[in-house]
Amino acid sequence: MSEARSVSEEVRGDGQGGLRSYYGKPIIKEPTWEWQIPCYFFTGGLAGASSGLGLLADLAGNERLTRTARLAALAGAAASPVFLILDLGVPKRFYNMLRVFKPTSPMSVGTWILSVFGTSSGIVAATDVLGIFPRLGKAAETVAALLGPALSTYTAVLLADTSVPVWHEARRELPLVFAASSAASAGAAATIFTPPEGAGPARRLLIGGSALEIAVSEAMKRRLGRLAEPYEKEEAGRYEKLSTALTASGATLTVILGRERSWAATLGGALALGGAAAKRWAIFKAGFQSARDPEYTVGPQRERLESRPPAQRRTQTFERDGSAT
Amino acid sequence: MTDPQRQVIPGSGHTPDAYDIEGRDRAQTRPVIPLGQKSYDGQPRMGFFTDTTVCIGCKACEVACKEWNHVPSTLMELTGNSYDNTGDLGADSWRHVAFIEQRKPIKVAQEAGVTTPATEGDGDFRWLMSSDVCKHCTNAPCLDVCPTGSLFRTEFGTVVVQEDICNGCGYCVPACPFGVLDQREGDGRVWKCTLCYDRQSDGLEPACAQACPTDSIQYGPLDELREKANGRLEMLHEAGVDDARLYGADEEGYGMGAFFLLLDEPEVYGLPPDPEVVSRKFKSLWGSAAVAAGALAVGIATAFIGGGR
Repeated sequence: MSEARSVSEEVRGDGQGGLRSYYGKPIIKEPTWEWQIPCYFFTGGLAGASSGLGLLADLAGNERLTRTARLAALAGAAASPVFLILDLGVPKRFYNMLRVFKPTSPMSVGTWILSVFGTSSGIVAATDVLGIFPRLGKAAETVAALLGPALSTYTAVLLADTSVPVWHEARRELPLVFAASSAASAGAAATIFTPPEGAGPARRLLIGGSALEIAVSEAMKRRLGRLAEPYEKEEAGRYEKLSTALTASGATLTVILGRERSWAATLGGALALGGAAAKRWAIFKAGFQSARDPEYTVGPQRERLESRPPAQRRTQTFERDGSAT
Repeated sequence: MTDPQRQVIPGSGHTPDAYDIEGRDRAQTRPVIPLGQKSYDGQPRMGFFTDTTVCIGCKACEVACKEWNHVPSTLMELTGNSYDNTGDLGADSWRHVAFIEQRKPIKVAQEAGVTTPATEGDGDFRWLMSSDVCKHCTNAPCLDVCPTGSLFRTEFGTVVVQEDICNGCGYCVPACPFGVLDQREGDGRVWKCTLCYDRQSDGLEPACAQACPTDSIQYGPLDELREKANGRLEMLHEAGVDDARLYGADEEGYGMGAFFLLLDEPEVYGLPPDPEVVSRKFKSLWGSAAVAAGALAVGIATAFIGGGR
């Protein structure tokens, strides 16, 4: 009993205005998602942004860039469902996702985005390789390019539409972080596999995406205030630092030497890819860390409750005079 | 309507699956209520009122729930957190009795029937007990985010997982602001309180409510329960139990179908003090994604401004 009280005292500070909890236990459940999910965020983001890059490169007549971007989109679109199905508790029932469309569920919306995107990317690749049905290929490429940005960003909505404090409260910025990170990945993949003389747009996408990824992440953490802590400590903090370091060095290397040296383009691209992947891991892990600690659930809710006029605090103590304390 | 010969006896092993009682035509008795619709054919919304002031911490609700619903046993270990060795709600605990020990002067009026035991000594100790359960919300985020339609709203206004549909995507787990749902280990699917859907259909009250010896857990039409709870609160306040407050006894916020009368702040019982309805913010959730998607498209196009090579 004394031990039990010491736990709540630790959280509460013994009634000195700190936060209270039930033996310091979490209020919400940590997600059950495993490593496949951040991997999917990465591959899905890469595929989504690559499709747009491929379409514009095609329109600009840059064949090498078109080819690599299309392949990156196809590879990402092919790997994504594998990750998603592997993460299911009952993988053989994955098709139950395809029996309904629920606009209230970002996962259902995303399933359909990914399904149509993946099919389109497959058609693009097949018509390209086999040299048949060019008009079907063009139509599929347009569909994929239009859906690409949605594929890259809906995953942020998927995270934000939960009770996990650092995901839900970051709902304004998370999609932009995912978009920037996806742009950087698509640029990076294309930079690696395209000769430097034809990779101009890819390099610019890598550099712009990387800069935005770092900038928006910082802005997000600044706005979140105390809820930024989970992004900066423990495992998530390590991934966050790693991401910033890799992304910044990859972009810098690409700016300086990316145009002249193919080794620099390859290395810069690889660094930026690693940075984008680490960013998804940082965000993913931060969610778990904030779910685990009741302070991040109770704190903001308590503040919100106490900022309301007393009559509207529905769970407060009743007082003789009818007002709440 | 119910054949007494088929009455299912808890623990008798006559129900291999809680939803699969022999001889019943589920297709006729289980209409699915569309999202957003709150009642079906005049059937009132049913719920729980858990009056924690009369809870004695016997855990009969936990046991009855496990027996009736064939919920697997949970590993017995001593947590050291008072008498709570269940820990929390989850796939294998659909009722959870919380025990809170407090150094707090007791201002208990006996006539209010408050069973918080007073000690003989200084009388400065109180023991709070509360049986937690799924809230069967009106604005249920688990139901909103479920991508397969496995989670659905029943004709009783409750929220139930269809275990033959659930593919264990796990989205409902972090969506719930109360930490009710979880994936069952070795099974992969998500399980939670069904408010004894099978018993309700036969006009019985849920196992936990029936087993509760003090009527701390009350089952009935939600409107009636809310009215009853307000009366009980008034009575407690008149008797000088100023700590008493209702948690989730109205349609605001989540619109809980299972609500509580507490003697301290919700977070003391492990309940969120002011949960936001996360899954009903379409504008801010999808709006920022639309802006980001647009920015990504513009960004890719901008990369071609300096030339296509």
